[in-house]
Amino acid sequence: MNRRAAICVLLAAPLANCGGVQTALGGEGAEGANFVRLFTVFMIVCAAMYLIITVGLIVALRRRKSALTLDDRRHHETSPVLRPALAIWTALVVTGLAALTVASFLTDRSNAAVARDSRLTLTVTANQWWWDVEYHSPDASRTVHTANEIHLPVGVPAEVILKSNDVIHSLWIPNLAGKQDLIPGRVTDLQLVPRKAGQYRGQCAEFCGIQHSLMALDVTVESKADFQRWYQAQLQPAPPPAGSLEVAGYGYFTTRECSSCHNIGGTPASGQIAPDLTHFASRRSIAAGTLPMTQANVARWLADPQAQKPGNHMPNIGLSPDQVRALTAYLGTLK
Amino acid sequence: MTGRPSFVEDVSKLPTHAFSYRSLTWWGIIGFMVIEGSAFVLTIAAYFFLMSHEKQWAPPPWEPPNPVAGTLFTAVMLLSEIPNSMIKKAAEAYDVAAVRRLLPWIVAIGVLLFVLRGFEFNSLNVKWYDNAYGSIIWALLLLHTTHIATDWVDSAVLWRLMRTPHGEEPRRLVDTDENALYWRFVWLSWLPIYFLIYWVPRMFR
Amino acid sequence: MTAAEKAKAPPIDVPRDGPELTGAELQRRLARTWDSPPGLIGWLSSVDHKDVGRRYIVTALLFLALAGALAIVMRLQLARPGNDMVGAARYNEIFTMHGTTMMFLFAVPVMQGMQIYLTPLMVGTRSTAFPRLNAFSYWTYLAGGCLLWVAFILNIGPDVGWFAYPPLSGPQYGIGKRADIWAQMVTFTEIAALAAAVSLVATILKQRAPGMTLARMPLFVWATLVTSLMVIFSMPSVALASGMLLSDRLVGTQFYNPVERGDALLWQHLFWFFGHPEVYIIFLPATGFISEIVATFARRSVVHYPIVVLSLVATGILAFGLWVHHMFATGLPRVGYSFYTAASIAVSVPTGLQIFCWIATLWEGRPRLEVPLLYVIGFIFTFVIGGLTGVMIAAVPLDLQLHDTYFIVAHFHYVLIGGAVFPLLGAITYWFPKLTGRMMSEGLGKVGFWMIFLGFQLAFFPMHIAGLNGMPRRVYTYPAGMGLELPNMLSSIGSLVVALAVLLFVVNMVKSVLVGKKADPNPWNAPTLEWATACPPPRYNFAHIPMIDSRTPLWDQGKRMPVVHGLRVEDRELLLTSVLAAEPDVREPSAEPSLWPFIATLAVTVMFVCSIFSPWAVLFGAVPVTIALIAWFWPKSPVPDPEPTIS
Repeated sequence: MNRRAAICVLLAAPLANCGGVQTALGGEGAEGANFVRLFTVFMIVCAAMYLIITVGLIVALRRRKSALTLDDRRHHETSPVLRPALAIWTALVVTGLAALTVASFLTDRSNAAVARDSRLTLTVTANQWWWDVEYHSPDASRTVHTANEIHLPVGVPAEVILKSNDVIHSLWIPNLAGKQDLIPGRVTDLQLVPRKAGQYRGQCAEFCGIQHSLMALDVTVESKADFQRWYQAQLQPAPPPAGSLEVAGYGYFTTRECSSCHNIGGTPASGQIAPDLTHFASRRSIAAGTLPMTQANVARWLADPQAQKPGNHMPNIGLSPDQVRALTAYLGTLK
Repeated sequence: MTGRPSFVEDVSKLPTHAFSYRSLTWWGIIGFMVIEGSAFVLTIAAYFFLMSHEKQWAPPPWEPPNPVAGTLFTAVMLLSEIPNSMIKKAAEAYDVAAVRRLLPWIVAIGVLLFVLRGFEFNSLNVKWYDNAYGSIIWALLLLHTTHIATDWVDSAVLWRLMRTPHGEEPRRLVDTDENALYWRFVWLSWLPIYFLIYWVPRMFR
Repeated sequence: MTAAEKAKAPPIDVPRDGPELTGAELQRRLARTWDSPPGLIGWLSSVDHKDVGRRYIVTALLFLALAGALAIVMRLQLARPGNDMVGAARYNEIFTMHGTTMMFLFAVPVMQGMQIYLTPLMVGTRSTAFPRLNAFSYWTYLAGGCLLWVAFILNIGPDVGWFAYPPLSGPQYGIGKRADIWAQMVTFTEIAALAAAVSLVATILKQRAPGMTLARMPLFVWATLVTSLMVIFSMPSVALASGMLLSDRLVGTQFYNPVERGDALLWQHLFWFFGHPEVYIIFLPATGFISEIVATFARRSVVHYPIVVLSLVATGILAFGLWVHHMFATGLPRVGYSFYTAASIAVSVPTGLQIFCWIATLWEGRPRLEVPLLYVIGFIFTFVIGGLTGVMIAAVPLDLQLHDTYFIVAHFHYVLIGGAVFPLLGAITYWFPKLTGRMMSEGLGKVGFWMIFLGFQLAFFPMHIAGLNGMPRRVYTYPAGMGLELPNMLSSIGSLVVALAVLLFVVNMVKSVLVGKKADPNPWNAPTLEWATACPPPRYNFAHIPMIDSRTPLWDQGKRMPVVHGLRVEDRELLLTSVLAAEPDVREPSAEPSLWPFIATLAVTVMFVCSIFSPWAVLFGAVPVTIALIAWFWPKSPVPDPEPTIS
């Protein structure tokens, strides 16, 4: 905690955002903490080098007693002190850089060793412009399928397998770890070892098309007990609708356009090309971080998805206000 | 200029032409050879990069290219070095008559090479749009074809030029010498490509 | 006469420069020989390297202004979270055009323009090697720039980022012709850069003044040599990559398509194999500027010249071994990454040595704090920050957090603006009298310097914070409440200050051209050969080719300039010397003005632009190109002249 405070001061507290949900200075994961530590080391060494150079420059400019110039016809001579000065400077630079390189290697090895025994595996598949998330389990009936969110138990190393269905994306949850690209035709992976419970935010970090800016995901790190509770809830199918509005919404969803793209477990709607909505209402945001999850925002989204996130793959179906109300009510039951 | 000039050396007796690295255009030719050579090296690197993804190369069910046309091409290409070397020697000896006699051979051989190259494209057993393996061997063959095409045009133009009074100019013999040098680059760069198109896809099945 | 006889014949008796033909009479006759024809034809057919260099610089500065205007639009959009001044699609086009224009149409061309203008003057010759190739290089660059910007204005400009990663830029996701236009513009500019580079290498190796051994070459010329060699080895990579992209999009090849055994990472390897040397191609000429300015304004030669030369060469070579550091997040083997971390950190050592030498020269000398030297100081304060953040992101654990965030945007603007634009502004101020015959205003220059230096820090330092606070690159907006509002607002304000400063610099340039103080041949009392001739130089550069025996000829010569004599006066002729010792070797004719480079560019433009739409254009378009090239080289007189000419 003290180290983080020191860094905040170092980086000008008003500008830094320690305690933010999407910051590389958070250090709430094992790799994230390694970053903060290594970054501090680099900052100190680099600041020292910068000081030496700029002070050297100022000293050089202010020196008055030179006689080795054109005015004295001695413009090709150099003071003997410059040869050892060059040697010292070179030694300093090489030593400093070598030290930084070693620090980098050690941190890299630490990151590689960090999650060798992961006990939780999930696959994140990136699409333009949303995240498909699937938790693995040796028992096929216990896989959880969700979208645009990740829950992780504190202290448990998690292995995240990364794939892409279209173009290159990049998954970046700065509070926990560095980023990894999701590349079509390849499988990459990311190890997450969250150390502190909290709500964080991840974002796509490789330009992937028109709505690259609005492709975030909500990350919740919680106690093992809370995680189990969440996982159990995710395994349940959607409850049948109660109430006339919700029934109307359910009827629309399962018989019209929605079901051709979206899946809601326990209903006939089983489209696979859009985010899974089985527990939609339990999420913190809509459309990969585009809007916070509120009833009003759901209605806004349904009324015209293209106005909220122009160019995304959910067309504006042209729902009537009644249909919007009904669907909003039904989706609100999908906790 | 600062001050009055002080004349220290008379260069008027220096020649107005020279061969090899003493010629300005030689450096230009070398420059272009390095550029094209770099392009070939990188295409070859891409070839190995794509190959590293495959367990078998050529990837089944595609068959490796049929080597008959390519081997014939290589043989003719290597044989063309005989008149080419003769042209180069003649140019350096200022033997314009010999150059005028020999250049048409290179032009004729070039036509034969184009015909053989056409058969080569036909015997690759894969289309450029089938997969990346097809794309890269077509790319290698196409790059080398443009190579041959430009040097063939160069040689044809040079042949016509040497038949005019300009042929008796020492500088045009330097041009001839450099064109022969470039022809060597054309077949030297072909050899690894020949190997990569016709033989490597047989070695990894 | 047969060729064999001509080879041995003594030189013809024609007017040659020397003790009998010197001074005003010589200058008059040389001026007539080296002049360009009048009017539009003359303008289009000029092969004078000073014309070509000036055109490159002016055109590049125009593109700088256009790309800068786009930057202001971007900063206005990002000044507030959730802003809707510019929509997503348009913003993506704007940042693509900004980066593409800056990298391909400003940074490399302006450096090559300065090199084309200055190199023959600095090495003491009358022209570059291959003057028509040089002219062709400019027209081709202009055509590529026009292609890109006409497309942007017609709303079919590229929107896939300046490095256009497939599959986003591929046939499936890159709809329409936007990415094709980008890829073809790359072809134009890469051909232009390669042509200029070959010409510069030949000029430096073969046309140096007698006595100018490699060890006596100005450091800017060394930087030009290293840079040009880097262009020759690296540009084919991007040409190949963009060619493969065009072919994937146009004729269905599968180079980058993972479904058909291709690989999206193939693009990244090929692109960055070019892309990393590219930034040193931009930076090393700037170090050349610094060396020349420091020597003149410290009033002594640069300390430890051999170290500076070795640093240039080492940087040029090492630059080719770093490219994977752009791909640290793509999941390649960690062991391989370690090598690239070490290499990327090591490449800063030679630059660190150059910085030592410059500071030592200032220490050893008596610096005059005039505008060019102010920009050198601004460079050191700014570039070194960028270099140090570069050391940071060379470390994989740090890069995995900082890659593709605004921290990287901050880093590369610090090294590109601090490391290339500041030296460029100093260089333009320094060589302005040589190019135009007038001095720039010192007062306006000082104001402009402080504005751009301070405005730059305000604009770009907060971006480090924004990146650390979670702001990725290439976003048209960001959410509130993440600590991004303040850094973005500061950046936007700073960018407006920078824009004003650039405007002020341009005003200074225009005003000075019109009414600036007229310049003596050597107003700064500088040591190198370009200052031995008038401001601006006559078309033939030097009335007599000088002979030199030191690195600082104008400081060591004394009252009289030793020269060689015997070159023809009625035809264009210059002197070739040997590569290492620069001994006079061959008298070489120099090309006369010709329209064929311009016509060849027209033919090439038709071929390339049509091939965006159909592959057959490559075949059919090659015919006019071939005809133009043959006409270019075919001698224009039916019989050869008594002594050779190139027409």
